Amino acid sequence: MTTMTLAKALNAGLRKAMEADDKVVIMGEDVGTLGGVFRITDGLQKDFGDARVIDTPLAESGIVGTAVGLAMRGYRPVVEIQFDGFVYPAYDQIVCQVAKLHFRSLGRVRIPMVIRIPFGGGIGAVEHHSESPEAQFVHTPGLKVVACSNPADGYAMIQQAIHADDPVVFLEPKRLYHSAKADVDESAPAAPLWQSRVVRPGSDATLVAYGPTVSTCLDAATVAAEEGRSLEVIDLRTLSPLDLVPVHESVRRTGRLVVVHEAHVTLGLGAEIAARVTEECFHSLEAPVLRVGGFDTPYPPARIEEAFLPDLDRVLDAVDRTFGF
Amino acid sequence: MTDPVFGPAPERVPDPELVQLLTPEGERVHHPGFDVDFTADELCGFYRDMVLVRRLDIEATALQRHGELGLWAQLLGQEAAQIGAGRALAPQDFVFPTYREHGVAWCRGVDPVRLLALFRGVDQGSWDPAEHNFGLYTIVIGAQTLHATGYAMGVQRDGLVGTGEPERDTAVVAHFGDGASSQGDVNEAFVFAASFNAPVVFFCQNNQWAISEPFERQSRIPLYRRAHGFGFPGIRVDGNDVLATYAVTKAALQRAREGQGPILIEAYTYRMGAHTTTDDPTRYRLSDDVEHWKLKDPIARLEVYLRRNGLADDAFLADVAAQADALGERMRRECHALPDPSPHDLWDLVHAEKTAELAAQQAEYDAHAASFEEVSS
Repeated sequence: MTTMTLAKALNAGLRKAMEADDKVVIMGEDVGTLGGVFRITDGLQKDFGDARVIDTPLAESGIVGTAVGLAMRGYRPVVEIQFDGFVYPAYDQIVCQVAKLHFRSLGRVRIPMVIRIPFGGGIGAVEHHSESPEAQFVHTPGLKVVACSNPADGYAMIQQAIHADDPVVFLEPKRLYHSAKADVDESAPAAPLWQSRVVRPGSDATLVAYGPTVSTCLDAATVAAEEGRSLEVIDLRTLSPLDLVPVHESVRRTGRLVVVHEAHVTLGLGAEIAARVTEECFHSLEAPVLRVGGFDTPYPPARIEEAFLPDLDRVLDAVDRTFGF
Repeated sequence: MTDPVFGPAPERVPDPELVQLLTPEGERVHHPGFDVDFTADELCGFYRDMVLVRRLDIEATALQRHGELGLWAQLLGQEAAQIGAGRALAPQDFVFPTYREHGVAWCRGVDPVRLLALFRGVDQGSWDPAEHNFGLYTIVIGAQTLHATGYAMGVQRDGLVGTGEPERDTAVVAHFGDGASSQGDVNEAFVFAASFNAPVVFFCQNNQWAISEPFERQSRIPLYRRAHGFGFPGIRVDGNDVLATYAVTKAALQRAREGQGPILIEAYTYRMGAHTTTDDPTRYRLSDDVEHWKLKDPIARLEVYLRRNGLADDAFLADVAAQADALGERMRRECHALPDPSPHDLWDLVHAEKTAELAAQQAEYDAHAASFEEVSS
């Protein structure tokens, strides 16, 4: 058992994956000598060499496109996109090549690639550094998409994603990188990657979150408990495929659901979850599924980002509204 | 006019040096950099390949006209560029093609019927890239040049560059066209290949046309000279001369295998047909141009050379013609017999590890399809 930040946990997980399989290579801008702008790959080039931890030219399509070629040659590239808003130059390669090669080739070509993306806001950054592009990748058949929310998951999930034979977009809540430390038991058996998890049991209403909003929802549940309301909090962990089994089970008990994410509400994950829960739990619902998320505006200047991001008050307001029906 | 401060603009070179070993008139000429001798068997082999892939192309075009294919991308006029590039490969080399590389596919042993299946809409590429060392056709223009570069970086990591063992050292070919040279991916591939000294040969067939846009819209300097700005050599070869294309590609591949890094070959040729069967080139180009290029036909010049030098007799030429007829007949027959795929299989192909979500959607479709069978039975 070690106490570590999410950044350290991801670093340890990457190291473990590189030790386990010499076909694992890390690629990206500044991932080598510098150790990444968030230091997630700190020390890895020193220990594994520059053939396995590759400082690439500054071109995202080039990074992902060459990673496709490396994957076809039998490597397992772990690509770092430096910030969420910089993934778009690589969008064509991700959507048209990474996602479709297995399908195109009748299953002959596998692309066991992990595309790590620090995502979400709350770090006071300039434009393009605080976005939540997950819905675009969930909407792309052929990709799998996961989001970690804590150090223990970060450590286990990055290894599982690298081990997977399919391309995985791996979303890391950047504002949690260096904040909360937690115990990570490196020897504990990891939960399956493609499963969501109840992180706080409750009986009155259900909150569904992933990545950075899990901690927001846990805080909201703590406050709600003081007010006599028992909220169940579910960390989705996997966004594609979605594992809504625990959500359905929860909603059948609580009858009330609020989905919380930083991404824009319109056509975000919350919309899909609301549709599926309505199909599966129609007769159990006491209120419409509500969504709390980023507004349908571009991500705002940093001085007012707190207004844009779902916070404890907006989550609790939504909970109140579900009890108003 | 020369700018006193910035110096001259890169000149527009109308007719830069072109590596040529066989003139359009069928005269064998020599080039100091590519002093290559060819055996009669090699020359006859090139001829046979070019005749057969031209027939392949004509048959596929006819099948499209008969409604058997949804589309066909013609290679007419580019036979020498593709056979030269294809026959220069070592077995272990890997090729990343565009969707027009039927001649290279031929050299890599991909059954032409597999190409028909793609354009018929039966599949999206049904050959095994690992079996043929020939990737799937890539429709997004230029995207495969990055895959080739990454694959070459993998070859480097496998330690298969510069070992000195001819059967192990490996090079990678990235095919693309003049239109693709404007794409960001191609330019990023140049940057990555140069930065990592990757063993990749960029093989650009400049066929003068990107659908309706002439080469001049893509570049104001000859394409091969782009390489210099990225820090590696570029060379322009007569793409209608199979001997020159073969010799230049072979040397470039060897250079890459030895660890001397990337190179750009511009095979200067002409798209004699339409962009694809949906295109009408009479809307944007003059028939005079096409007539001019007919005089540079890659097959006719080699036939003249073979006959004049007594390397091929009537019996050989008749045999090749008969092989072409047999190929055409087989393509027609096997194209008609291609089975449609089953919608049931779609969900099996999305991932290596099928998700529960997709399995559920597949079961829903199967039940829906079965409901029709119950009604009809």
